[in-house]
Amino acid sequence: MSVELAANMGTVPEVEALDHSPLAVRGLTVSYGQKPAVFSVDMTIQPGSMTAIIGPNGAGKSTLLKAALGIIKPLSGQVFCFGKPLAQLRDRIAYVPQRASVDWDFPTRAIDVVLMGLYRELGLLRMVRPAHRERAMACLDRVGMADFADRQIGQLSGGQQQRVFLARALAQDADLYLLDEPFAGVDAATEKAIIHVLSHLRRNGKTVVAVHHDLATVRDYFDRVFIINTRKVAEGSVETAFTEDTLQIAYGGRLATGQIDQLGLVVG
Amino acid sequence: MLFDALFLQLGYNASLVAIGAGFLGIAAGVTGTFLYLRKQALLSDAISHATLPGVGLAFVLMALVGGSGRFLPGLLLGAALSAGIGLLCVSALTRRTRLSEDSAIGAVLSVFFGFGIVILTVIQTMSTGRQAGLESFLLGSTAGMLFNDAVVIAAGGALTLLAVLLFRRPMGLVAFDPEYAAARGFNVARIDLVIMTLALAVTVVGLKIVGLILVVAMLIIPPVAARFWSDRMEVVALLSGLFGGLSGWAGAAISATAPALPTGPIIVLVCFGLFVLSLFLAPGRGLLAALTRHLRFQRRVHLRQGLLALAQGQPIYERLTLRLLRRAGLARADGVATDEGRARAAKALRDEKRWELVRSDPDFAAAALSYDGLAGIETVLTVDQIAEIDNRIGAPREVTS
Repeated sequence: MSVELAANMGTVPEVEALDHSPLAVRGLTVSYGQKPAVFSVDMTIQPGSMTAIIGPNGAGKSTLLKAALGIIKPLSGQVFCFGKPLAQLRDRIAYVPQRASVDWDFPTRAIDVVLMGLYRELGLLRMVRPAHRERAMACLDRVGMADFADRQIGQLSGGQQQRVFLARALAQDADLYLLDEPFAGVDAATEKAIIHVLSHLRRNGKTVVAVHHDLATVRDYFDRVFIINTRKVAEGSVETAFTEDTLQIAYGGRLATGQIDQLGLVVG
Repeated sequence: MLFDALFLQLGYNASLVAIGAGFLGIAAGVTGTFLYLRKQALLSDAISHATLPGVGLAFVLMALVGGSGRFLPGLLLGAALSAGIGLLCVSALTRRTRLSEDSAIGAVLSVFFGFGIVILTVIQTMSTGRQAGLESFLLGSTAGMLFNDAVVIAAGGALTLLAVLLFRRPMGLVAFDPEYAAARGFNVARIDLVIMTLALAVTVVGLKIVGLILVVAMLIIPPVAARFWSDRMEVVALLSGLFGGLSGWAGAAISATAPALPTGPIIVLVCFGLFVLSLFLAPGRGLLAALTRHLRFQRRVHLRQGLLALAQGQPIYERLTLRLLRRAGLARADGVATDEGRARAAKALRDEKRWELVRSDPDFAAAALSYDGLAGIETVLTVDQIAEIDNRIGAPREVTS
């Protein structure tokens, strides 16, 4: 029941598409027990794009992201980063997990969290130098959290925590940014700050992929969508793939007509 | 006497024990920090109980080949092997069955311990001789500690400490945010294994001094106590090592002052003493600090509410509010505002109006976010901002009361 809407798919040879894409998955299947959460999904993220992964609750949005990153072991499927196995180019991918996945009472301050983004670079032996600290502070500053550098992470509000995690991803200076529900439960100021940072990344040629649940803002924030409901429903630019048809397929007719009108969709 | 003991003036054996226990305490405290932060503290209990069969079997084996059954490195090796098997059992039970981790720990702990006791009982009836003293591994015994034993303990502790230093960042990251660690290519299962192995090493090294039943305390109590004092992982680990080392050394010294004081339990009690001190006295997270903070906050809320009431001419019935206003010289005993009280009340009411505007204006969203309802408006907004707000509210009005 997959509706293939991306115009360029099929015309670009497969190998070239893979080499080009900062993140591509082929035949990805993840299952918890017998029931697949993600089934045989192909996804090709376009370089320099800002892609929203959308779909109903339990559609496998986060699972897709986690399996693509190797956090969850998939049942089958391959993940490519610029045509190479993910493990070789892992440092070019930055990840912002869902806020809920962390121990908030952990003895760590905002600045320490951002420094974690440099752990790969530091290895086991190298000390954290003032230069590293300055880089971390600069990242906190970019998300407007420089004043909170010394706060224990649990003392921050949800939105502030989310911004600190974005700063940790920035510290890594990656090419591709994967965010799992970055706008869930954050205040308006944080949403604005995050979008500002993400658009800035994109202007500098970076690629951004975010699991997103608010259909109303898809058009404003993103230029591409990947719609999933266990299987891929549609993939492509917002204009071609974010339509009433694809949403009805993904949400199984659960969207009321009124809701759809508000999205200002191309009715196809 | 205690003073002599603390400064290693109480004889050769007592000094050996104090030094060994100190090293063990440091290693246990630092290692335990990561076990505690990974929320695996209970696992150390399974590790320690699972050492017993290994101790017994190692003794039997060494006695059979004609050596001394009480050769400490041999016994510790046996302990490490059987504790390792115990760990594997817990992890297999948790991963492959529907058993939760705590039940898996309980099952492994009791079965291994029971098996160990059986072996020890059998050994009692063997004719090899010199088997006496094996049960000292249960609660620790330092009476016959040899120089070589102390060296084994100190070296084991130092090696463990070195390994913790090396792996501190990956271990901390996995404890804090395992998903992110996995996304960055850290092998979470392997790092967990490192944490477990280090805990196992400390346990085995600590068997001789503290004994397998109490060695858990050396891994858990110091980090829990240290957590009260700092919000930084590195500092918590260092403090935890300090607490552990201090209790090992002081505990051993105290127990050396009298023949009836067992070393292991005294060390654990000293450790507990440090925990109680931290629980009450630590700034920030300690109970006393929390209580004072609460009371101070309550007073500020009452004072502000009282000033607003004065400004609006409401009667004040709340006795705490009245008392606070009176003590600050803002109101008379009958609840009527003094001159100063009237001035402060007017300002409180005006600030309230200003905040109302700040909260409703999206331009001030950031400022509104950092407002707790109590901080003076001057501490959050600049003079220019306040002037702009006042412009919009209009000129100050006379407060009548």
